[in-house]
Amino acid sequence: MARVLINVPAQAKRGEIIEIKTLIAHPMETGYRLGPTGAAIPRDIINRFTCSYNGEEVFRAEFFPAIAANPFIAFFTVATESGQIVFSWTDDHGETQTEIRQITVE
Amino acid sequence: MRALVLAVAAATAAATAAEIGPPDRRSGYDFAGPESRAMQDDDTANPGMLGVLQGETLWATKAGTADRSCAECHGDARTSMKGVAARYPAFERALARPLDLEGRINRCRTEHQGAAPFARESEDLLALTAFVAYQSRGLPITVPGDAELRPFLDLGSELFHRRQGQLNLSCSQCHDDNWGKRLAGAVIPQGHPTGYPVYRLEWQSLGSLQRRLRNCMIGVRAEPYEYGAPEAVALELYLMKRAQGMPLETPAVRP
Amino acid sequence: MDERSPGPPTRRLVLFTTAGLGLAAFTRPAAATPAAMDEAIRALVASAMVKPGRVKLELPPIVENGNTVPLTVTVDSPMSETDYVAGIHIFNEKNPQPYVAAFDLGPRAGKAVVSIRIRLADSQQVVAIARLNDGSFWSDSADVVVTLAACAEG
Repeated sequence: MARVLINVPAQAKRGEIIEIKTLIAHPMETGYRLGPTGAAIPRDIINRFTCSYNGEEVFRAEFFPAIAANPFIAFFTVATESGQIVFSWTDDHGETQTEIRQITVE
Repeated sequence: MRALVLAVAAATAAATAAEIGPPDRRSGYDFAGPESRAMQDDDTANPGMLGVLQGETLWATKAGTADRSCAECHGDARTSMKGVAARYPAFERALARPLDLEGRINRCRTEHQGAAPFARESEDLLALTAFVAYQSRGLPITVPGDAELRPFLDLGSELFHRRQGQLNLSCSQCHDDNWGKRLAGAVIPQGHPTGYPVYRLEWQSLGSLQRRLRNCMIGVRAEPYEYGAPEAVALELYLMKRAQGMPLETPAVRP
Repeated sequence: MDERSPGPPTRRLVLFTTAGLGLAAFTRPAAATPAAMDEAIRALVASAMVKPGRVKLELPPIVENGNTVPLTVTVDSPMSETDYVAGIHIFNEKNPQPYVAAFDLGPRAGKAVVSIRIRLADSQQVVAIARLNDGSFWSDSADVVVTLAACAEG
């Protein structure tokens, strides 16, 4: 489980546009770096990030090796109702890490 | 008499002419671009904080034959570690020499936890060091004036001022005499260790002051000091003294 | 960017090249996008026209370190049910690959603003293309100067 920092408000007004920031620990190995033997170190990156709000996907990102290590992303979403916001990161091996945050919307 | 006084004054002035006095001391933060500063200022966007989080977990993790965590001896790091990083490297009585913070953490591991020391620059050691140093964030660097540190400070000062490497440059020539000017595309900072372990964009990870010093030495084509070597610790001690009073920023973000 | 190989001679060569490229202000001719980036953009838009405007791509004009470059793309859009940004695509011209990132949005985004941190191998142009729900494409580009960090391992 990679370290994650998530900044999402715990409360918001209905219809308010909230900013979400996420940061996950990952080297994002590009596949272009040469190792000590001169052979390229294989690519190993997080290639997808999704954000779902009470089950509905509200944001998706596709990442390529040009994304810096410890990928950071800041985006916006409308606070529609109280519930769960689910973040998920998928890597080149098909493994997914998921984080959940609760939001209360008045 | 007057000639003697003038001669001494001139000699002293020459030796300390380049020293940066307390009001002129500037952190590397001031020389970094606005984007790097913004990255440092937001705890939820500072990649160094990922290391601090990892260190927080390690603090509470049992280790070694004693099956003991840092927390079991030191309790809540927020209180027990407050101010600690600001006064390191510190004199280690049992060894009759100063130890850097990484060395002290490893000594705790071997002496009190019965655990193998962390490898230098390993993710775990950097994370734990960052977590400990983070507890001193905002506090002024306070190297004690104890006499026992004197010979090590003098060594550190000598290393800082001596020319070295194929390029035959001393630390002082860049960081005392030419700070604020540009070296290729980068601005030369004053070289104060205010944010270590630091998230250096060049490394894309946390790294120690000694790693940064090794980078500098490779930069002047000198043989870099081994991690934890007496020269490395003496230089670190001198640099902290040279930055006396400046607030700690760990984990800082630098290019 | 990580693909620099280790060893002092390579770094000195790259430093010389970057210094030569980077500091002079340059204007690019209209069709100066290198082939790979052009091809990647074509693959996205097919035969549709990409219009400059409505998109603002923010990057530092001089980058402190090409390993981590903050980027923000903003698209002027009401993000309503009938008028919204469906996707944003970021391309570059000198990295080994032209793709940087692609985002799927919709009315639930509220604002079409995304910030990320990217790697840039060299001084180059970065392009952001927004795809609206009506099938139109809008773009902005930014020219970035990438310098090498002082005193590193390699």
